[in-house]
Amino acid sequence: MTVNDFWVLSPEIAMALLALVVITADLITRNVMKVLFITLVGLTVPLVLALNLWYGWFGDPVAGSALFGTVEADRFSLFFKFLLITVSAGTILASVKYIAADRMKNYGGEFVSLLLLSVTGMMLLVSATELITIYVALELSALPIVALAAIHRTKQGIEAGTKFFVLSAISSAILLYGFAYIYGYVGSTNLEMIMERLAVIPTEAGVPFGSYAVLLAVILVVAGFGFKMAVVPWQMWVPDVYQGAPTPVAAFLSVASKASAFAVIMRIMYSAFGDPSMMQDWSGLFAILAAISMTVGNVLALAQSNMKRLLGYSTIAQAGYILVGVASVPANQVGSAFSGAGPQGAMYYLAGYAFTNLAVFFAVIAITMRTGDDSIDGLKGMLKRSPLLASLLVFGILSLLGMPPTVGFMAKVVVFGSALNANLAWLAVIGVVNTVIAAYYYLRVIRMIVFDDPVETSTFSGDKPILVAAGVAAIGTGIFGLAPFLLLEFAESALTIVPGL
Amino acid sequence: MFEGLLTITVFLPATVAILVTLFARGKEVDRQVRWISIAASAVTFALTVMVYVGYDQAVGGIQMVDYYERWIPVDALRSSYLLGVDGLSAPLVLLTGILGLAAAFASWRIKKRVREYFMWLLLLETAVLGVFVSLDLLLFFIFFEFELIPMFMLIVLWGSGRPRYSAMKFVLFTLAGGAFMLVGILAIYVTPDVGTLAMVSIPELGITGIPELMAGAKLALPAALIFGFFFIAFAVKLPLWPVHSWLPDAHTDAPTAVSVMLAGVLLKMAGYGLLRINLGFFQETQDFTIHDVAGPMAIIAAISVIYGGIVTVRQTDMKRLIAYSSVSHMGFVMLGLSAVGASAVDTSAAGLNGAALQMFTHGTITGLAFLMVGLSYDRTHTRHIPHLGGLWKKMPMIAIFFLIAGFGSLGLPALSGFVAEIMVFLGTFSVWPWPTAVAAFGVVLAAGYTLWMVQRVFFGARPATPGLSDQVYENLTDASWVDMIPVIILAAPIFIIGLWPSVVTDVFDIGIQAVLR
Repeated sequence: MTVNDFWVLSPEIAMALLALVVITADLITRNVMKVLFITLVGLTVPLVLALNLWYGWFGDPVAGSALFGTVEADRFSLFFKFLLITVSAGTILASVKYIAADRMKNYGGEFVSLLLLSVTGMMLLVSATELITIYVALELSALPIVALAAIHRTKQGIEAGTKFFVLSAISSAILLYGFAYIYGYVGSTNLEMIMERLAVIPTEAGVPFGSYAVLLAVILVVAGFGFKMAVVPWQMWVPDVYQGAPTPVAAFLSVASKASAFAVIMRIMYSAFGDPSMMQDWSGLFAILAAISMTVGNVLALAQSNMKRLLGYSTIAQAGYILVGVASVPANQVGSAFSGAGPQGAMYYLAGYAFTNLAVFFAVIAITMRTGDDSIDGLKGMLKRSPLLASLLVFGILSLLGMPPTVGFMAKVVVFGSALNANLAWLAVIGVVNTVIAAYYYLRVIRMIVFDDPVETSTFSGDKPILVAAGVAAIGTGIFGLAPFLLLEFAESALTIVPGL
Repeated sequence: MFEGLLTITVFLPATVAILVTLFARGKEVDRQVRWISIAASAVTFALTVMVYVGYDQAVGGIQMVDYYERWIPVDALRSSYLLGVDGLSAPLVLLTGILGLAAAFASWRIKKRVREYFMWLLLLETAVLGVFVSLDLLLFFIFFEFELIPMFMLIVLWGSGRPRYSAMKFVLFTLAGGAFMLVGILAIYVTPDVGTLAMVSIPELGITGIPELMAGAKLALPAALIFGFFFIAFAVKLPLWPVHSWLPDAHTDAPTAVSVMLAGVLLKMAGYGLLRINLGFFQETQDFTIHDVAGPMAIIAAISVIYGGIVTVRQTDMKRLIAYSSVSHMGFVMLGLSAVGASAVDTSAAGLNGAALQMFTHGTITGLAFLMVGLSYDRTHTRHIPHLGGLWKKMPMIAIFFLIAGFGSLGLPALSGFVAEIMVFLGTFSVWPWPTAVAAFGVVLAAGYTLWMVQRVFFGARPATPGLSDQVYENLTDASWVDMIPVIILAAPIFIIGLWPSVVTDVFDIGIQAVLR
């Protein structure tokens, strides 16, 4: 390892070290509040190191590849690293009350430490440019979540953990199968090398990707990551795990896990299969997945009565909207302009969705911890019982629904706009129809919160840390909707993976 | 180019609303919130006056531009943050400032959930201001739709009667219209020759607007269809017969100040949209222009005026009566718009100016009428006309200003309603004599229902079976000074414009001429 390798990997190293520090501190102090404090302060270190790689504060930006070209700290990966660090900080803030609760007394340090290890895996995942590294990083990000989902050792928690573990293992197997095909066909696991070799291998006319082997490999890889992205038809674990796992873990899963899976799938597709003709092939695949995901997620959400399950289905639908951006590839663009509006829109959507979904989840955490009732009916009249939390929840739901001027609206406009531009008008139409379907169940929840009479009259407010976390998430939801350029320009300069830009 | 005045004007109410909601705490919170919100409305009013006075009539065109091109920096979506005022929007911005201030004062007696109430009221003001100054179609659409949320909340939580039903009806009607508009916007945008969302041309910034680009362009959808999409959206909002039925419900069940805002400025967003988009975009389009449908528009307008007037006469609820009279009066706006004529040669700018002025005057007159109904209802707790009578002796001030609103509404000379209606009739008569002649009877109907109501409620004797017990009747009080503040704010423009119309019409004319090119 050279010095440069250290710099390139410095945010991940700092994050892994922090996980170790946290678990040691937990052993020594046995005081969970101190541990949380150390964690939140400690999170600034990987953040600063990641910012340094972007801006080059400590000398020239060293962004480049490390460890023999297996990881790369380009701006694309840094965009997601900022997001992941922010999300983990928010999740930990939102878990404070949760960790301090009696049944978690002995696991506080483990909870935080496992979460940080998972984030380390995700940060590595978004940087990885080589198939084996991608696989290892993916496992590192997934295994801690299994333990986190089951940390309560209740029947539901263990069911959630087991389900996640089994399906995660199956998806990894499918993914490896796909990687094996790629390696067998082109003889390399390096993404750039794959692209170079594919360009010289003779292709069969009329076959997508020029060969059935590559077609099969791409389908297997997409299927493997489909579990993590939670898109139909690999979505069935989502509602069960969300319902059974501790809610902060579900929040983390719905945002961080999804964002990193989208990041790595975009990187694989653009870096290894970024040839314009291939782009068109996988664009079609993602467009179909997007249409199915949006529709199935929204239709199934209509009949839910449990808030966490509803949010589970809603994230499936949201993944569909993000896929619209992934499917809108530059190669399909109408006219001569060759732009990265699609991937840029997907990144904007992911970041905006992260803020929105965290605001919703955190408000739900704060409310259900108090009421102990996670059915939708339990939210009745919440505006009267807890005005602040209910307002944050309603605002977040309005953004999920896509109401102007929130980030949810803007992101949908950008993503559907990019679809129109990429000759996918039918997909944009399906997207718009879906937002109308989604309005039905989102508005139903809002109606209960705002207009129905409360089941109980007692009033309450959330604890400070979770209010801060939810408030920051809600402010992000508003600001990034009113001033979309803040995130979009950031995403634009992070489009380092798209060839030809 | 970023002068900032419009951005501050638009976002000041919303900023104050959010800050107050987040930070106002303590025992005296309701009183503080009330004063802060009134102060915010007053500052916003001052800013709108600055916008109006600052608009240089000698220069004309689009002024006070706030332009940030990279608002959505995506190549696929060329939408920018573009605010500006011209002769068409400047008076409407001022109108919003006036109505916003009046509505804030008129909310003085709100007791329930005060903090939330003022938050929604101020957010509503931001939304309406945003609609009038947005010159980017996407931005326009965002503000146009955003207004629904505060309006919905205000009706549901502070309304009376059947607030949920009325609010839902209002939202569903408007959302359906909005969906049509969105399709229209997309169809214009994806047309290869257009590819922009700028609603006007601003040469200084190198912006070529949709009106120029659409002229002669091959549109993605037939021009008639796109015109229809926008027309439906605005006809619902205006509202025009036969899609008016949400309006009486929403008005009747909304709290007083919200009715004032709804009648005063929200309906004007539709009139503004019709002038800016339906008239502005569709004059030189291929295959179809607004001139092709000016005749049917005149007929629908006449039906709206007469139908609205006849239904109004039949009402026994004071608020519902005024709500229906709005349908009739907004019909005059459509009638004025139809003065665009069957061809460019026929176009009568006077009719269009009349339509614009009718929007302004209707805002103040009907706003005042709703306010007076509210004041009367606060005291008598009934709006049922047959139950009332002889209120004049007990509350002379309310009676006088009610009468002023009524006279304004029926078009008494020296009040602003007269000027607007005479301009509409003079302008449109030369173009569409028959529909105009029919619509002119709307004024007779207006005299009928207005005077009849005022006579029954305020003058004459108390009815044989009064709705008010003798004790209640004896204890009725007149308006207090706090109640009179919004009354004066709304009554002043009625006289000023009635006596000196050119203070507004000159500015409107600049805007109309620019739209007509």
